[in-house]
Amino acid sequence: MPELVVSITLFILALLIGIEVIGKVPATLHTPLMSGANSIHGIVIVGVVIVAAEANSPLSYVFIFLAAVLGTMNVVGGYVVTDRMLEMFKSDKKDKGGNK
Amino acid sequence: MTATPIDIVAWFVYVLASVMFVMGLHYMNSPKTARKGNFISAAGMVLAVAMAFIKLFVTGGYNWIAVGLLIAGIAVGAIAGVVSAKKVKMTDMPQLVSVFNTVGGGAAALVALNDILASDHTPNLVVLITAGLGVMIGSVTFTGSLIAAGKLQGIGFVKKMRLPGKSVWNVLFIVLMLASFVMLCVFPEQRLLWSVLTTVFALCYGLVFVIPIGGADMPVVISVLNACTGTAVAMSGLAIDNVALIVAGALVGAAGVTLSVLMSQAMNRPLMSVLAGGFGGSDASTGAADGPEGTMKETTADDVAVQLVYADKVIFVPGFGLAQAQAQRELADLGELLKEHGVEVEYAIHPVAGRMPGHMNVLLAEANVPYDELVDLDDINPQFPSANVSLVVGANDVTNPAARKPGTPVSGMPILDVDKSQNVVVMKRGRGRGYAGIENELYFEDNTQMLFGDAKAGLQAVIAAVKELLD
Repeated sequence: MPELVVSITLFILALLIGIEVIGKVPATLHTPLMSGANSIHGIVIVGVVIVAAEANSPLSYVFIFLAAVLGTMNVVGGYVVTDRMLEMFKSDKKDKGGNK
Repeated sequence: MTATPIDIVAWFVYVLASVMFVMGLHYMNSPKTARKGNFISAAGMVLAVAMAFIKLFVTGGYNWIAVGLLIAGIAVGAIAGVVSAKKVKMTDMPQLVSVFNTVGGGAAALVALNDILASDHTPNLVVLITAGLGVMIGSVTFTGSLIAAGKLQGIGFVKKMRLPGKSVWNVLFIVLMLASFVMLCVFPEQRLLWSVLTTVFALCYGLVFVIPIGGADMPVVISVLNACTGTAVAMSGLAIDNVALIVAGALVGAAGVTLSVLMSQAMNRPLMSVLAGGFGGSDASTGAADGPEGTMKETTADDVAVQLVYADKVIFVPGFGLAQAQAQRELADLGELLKEHGVEVEYAIHPVAGRMPGHMNVLLAEANVPYDELVDLDDINPQFPSANVSLVVGANDVTNPAARKPGTPVSGMPILDVDKSQNVVVMKRGRGRGYAGIENELYFEDNTQMLFGDAKAGLQAVIAAVKELLD
């Protein structure tokens, strides 16, 4: 099963990259980080599309519809709300007096 | 399975999307670039989903009912997502993240479940194991995050839920869940039965896992559950052999684990003890017995205003009470007033203040406080002795000097050295204890004064008094 071996390797390497990158994020941004990471797992939508290609039973239809609703809500909502949060983060130097 | 050209193109597009996720997370290391990072990450997502659709249509052989339902589902989900994301108040952010985590976990579980059940022939062992893990972890996250969101939202019956004999239930459902999972792998012919049982037991385990954990430990729980969803997605990715799901899932898993560890370090409690639940509560009476002696000194808004106006340096210490009272704008206004008057103002942010990591930062950012005025624990602590006044708004355990002594529930927890400042004013709703269930020795110090009442109303009164003084 060489495919699985490659996949597990990818998983482990990605895990290491993740730990490395996340470790550098300052505490100030932990909430947007969490919600941003949260939206990334909405990638499961891609999985939904892939399984939809082979779906041909009523049970699958139900699963696909539900998974599509849940997954999209996760990904779209996650990015929108993260952007809303990050928009508010302002530096003293740049925006002084500029805020309402 | 031989790779067709479209497979190879798709593979590299998914790799590109994964790279964009990593870049997006990387740009989160500074508030200046964070927004760009989020945008890159979202663009990667759009790219990956578009590729999945292109491949679907190019390959053909799909059936229109499935594709129609897929598109309808995406439309519904997108609307629900945008509406909830636009409407949410910043104070309610932890709940929303938890809800998004719930739906993400649910989606991952459904994809994995579909992979086990949909095909006519029996799936091989690899698919059974990876998809089975996806179903388990996804289902646990689904109910776990739902309960977490309910607790954070303060929904009455969720908060009141108790679980007598919690460890028994936990062990019971873990055993049942794992047993069904093993049966699923051993007897794939009966996969309908065993996968449904695995799902049901995993859903139950999610409930009994989160119910006993208290509200203030939710930051840790949310990040653990976030890590779980990531792992569930990665498992689903292994089951359907998709690189984007594997890498993205692993990234989220890493993020969740890293944040959970940071959070529990900030409370100086092992991650496992947080997850075991039941901190504070009834067994905290031991701490109260040898608690501090003396009385709390009450003060008035006018008096606080005088202290603030004549100070050179003031440090604000916000906590969950600020979020509860939705008083972030009032605090920022007060800070702004004092700054205009020439007082140096800084905000001390404890890593676990609030109900999710970085919660206070988001609230104060909403109130237009520049992020460089928000100072981390390590950097602000040396500054307390030079502060004329520290104003604690709705923070409790993170300021308790008892943490420096052994033998209390908060012992060893890194705290903000508020007691070292020349004067301390604590705004607090009532005389109750903090989450840890012990009295805060800070309140009984000679240099501490208490201003009881709602934080919002209290701050408004102080602002009014300050304005009067300055006129």
